[in-house]
Amino acid sequence: MGPFPRSKNMEKFGQRKDAVDIVFQRTMLVFPLLVLLIVGGIFVQLLLSSWISIKEFGPAFLVTSTWDPVAEKFGALPFIFGTIVSSLVALLLAVPIGLGTAIYLAEYAPQWPRRIISSLVDLLAAIPSVIYGLWGIFVLVPVMRSHVQPFLGKYLGFLPFFQGPAYGIGMFSASVILAIMIIPFIISISREVILAVPHVYKEAAYAMGATRWEAICTIILSYGKAGILGGIILAMGRAIGETMAVTMAIGNNVKISASLFSPAYTLASVIANEFAEATSKLYLASLTHIGLVLFLVSIVVNILAWLLLWRINERQKIFQGR
Amino acid sequence: MVRKILGLTLLIGLCSTTAFAAVLINGAGATFPYPIYSKWFDVYHKMNPEIQFNYQSIGSGGGIKQITAKTVDFGASDGPMTQDQLNEAPGRIYHIPMVMGAVVITYNVEGLDKNLKFTPDVVADIFLDKITNWNDPRIAAANPGVRLPSGSILVVHRSDGSGTSYIFTDYLSSISSAWKAKVGKGTSVNWPVGLGGKGNEGVAGLIKQTPGSIGYVELSYAIKNDLDYAELENSSGHFIKPDLDSTAKAAQGVKIPDDFRVSLVNSSNPDAYPISGFTWVLIYKDMEDHVKGKAIVDFIKWAIHDGQAYTEDLLYAPLPAEVIEMIEKKLEQVKY
Repeated sequence: MGPFPRSKNMEKFGQRKDAVDIVFQRTMLVFPLLVLLIVGGIFVQLLLSSWISIKEFGPAFLVTSTWDPVAEKFGALPFIFGTIVSSLVALLLAVPIGLGTAIYLAEYAPQWPRRIISSLVDLLAAIPSVIYGLWGIFVLVPVMRSHVQPFLGKYLGFLPFFQGPAYGIGMFSASVILAIMIIPFIISISREVILAVPHVYKEAAYAMGATRWEAICTIILSYGKAGILGGIILAMGRAIGETMAVTMAIGNNVKISASLFSPAYTLASVIANEFAEATSKLYLASLTHIGLVLFLVSIVVNILAWLLLWRINERQKIFQGR
Repeated sequence: MVRKILGLTLLIGLCSTTAFAAVLINGAGATFPYPIYSKWFDVYHKMNPEIQFNYQSIGSGGGIKQITAKTVDFGASDGPMTQDQLNEAPGRIYHIPMVMGAVVITYNVEGLDKNLKFTPDVVADIFLDKITNWNDPRIAAANPGVRLPSGSILVVHRSDGSGTSYIFTDYLSSISSAWKAKVGKGTSVNWPVGLGGKGNEGVAGLIKQTPGSIGYVELSYAIKNDLDYAELENSSGHFIKPDLDSTAKAAQGVKIPDDFRVSLVNSSNPDAYPISGFTWVLIYKDMEDHVKGKAIVDFIKWAIHDGQAYTEDLLYAPLPAEVIEMIEKKLEQVKY
């Protein structure tokens, strides 16, 4: 319940319907149905087009790590691994930077740097992914190979993630590019969420003697948790589906390796790489099958994220006595 | 003044729409011959303004799919169609060679003053991950007097399906039984080792940046971008530097089958560069549309004669005279 309980009269207002209202309501219903129709249509189409592959390989498709177009033996495991790991590493890098920037912009920054940084962030979001890919090949990868990877190998080489030869190109570089690509999403959404925290809450925190740091940690972040997580989910979705920039930097090697330095492959990349030249029916169906797997991976990740959000909301309700 | 210009444009517009019944010919397929095809289409359109071409370079596989589905008037491919694919097509499809191309082995080894030489078995074993260091005695054996550094070899291959990969793996399959059994040939294969770069530029970019790397690109791309590339030992035991001349030799003095579906890799001509091949256009033997059919055949006749003059500037190898003669006979069988 908000501060102003709705009167019974107001509910009555909402229930009076004339013809225009009914037409408007019905018309509005068409649009969400369209969205449902599109998503359902994509799913059915993917299922139909990949049917030959589903029949041939069955559920083993998901756990097989061979991808041999000549012998027509196909499995999606290395691509699923590459997609999930590259997106997770990208989130690991992007969330602290994105959230930190958002907090600074919303809570600390004076007017003019806030404007400059905000428009730079928007600019970052508008760069096409092929440009990120080219920048990756020609700028990021050489720096990774000659400086970052030898450094990580030297000091963190005891971890399996930072072992092996430093090619520059590979899972790590792809994740860094992905992180840069999704940071703007995290910043923009988190900033709006933080700005939307009602002033009364902040003032209450200060009135209790909280420092600014305490106010941010206890009140603002916990109030905005759901919204910020929503932004991170959106960013994760973008990372899972990103194709061009990743393809150019990840090394496109069908292998599963613990080391972030080794080349890897993603679901979206293999479709982009091989679809144009795939001629046999089973090959094409297997690539569409990969598309179906990508669709399912996105759905599963979204469901997991919504479950997390839902739990947080439940807890918050208890915490706020609702 | 403005009115004058307006009137003039209107007049020109009227002329161009009424004077010729324009024929638009749609084609799709290989990316490798795209530069010369677009040059040809442009020149040919200027000579015959009523004929216009629309070519989409969507890849050889796409070209085969589109011509089989009859969504285009001609297809184009760097690899010949398989017998299964031909059987699936709704009509008889002819392969017509248009130009020749080659694939070169490019590398980045520091401190070399001349081109490296490779024997076929060394190339196969590098790509099979059996030779892994530049100081391997088998590399040194073909390069007397060259000081090869010690360092691991990084193999780079194309990640996108491509005709370039097809010719290269076709070559490896023809010279190495181990490769043929383990990997085979195709526009995409299951590479035993290495990094995948997207497109010629992706492969070349990786090789330029990474000391110790080796990969393959189209000859024209290597020449234009000034890459180092290797001399390769051919079937007669000669080390051949890849150029337009040695590429064209691959189709000379060799028996070309009547349907032109032939692999020219590892040619028996003693002067031929061994990783060479045709690129084909795919047309139906029985054309449904008389006007379009005639236009396509006339264009091909022009391309294999006058059109070959443009090959050198664009770094393609021209068709040998005997092949041109064979194509002429083949075109006589096309019905429209």
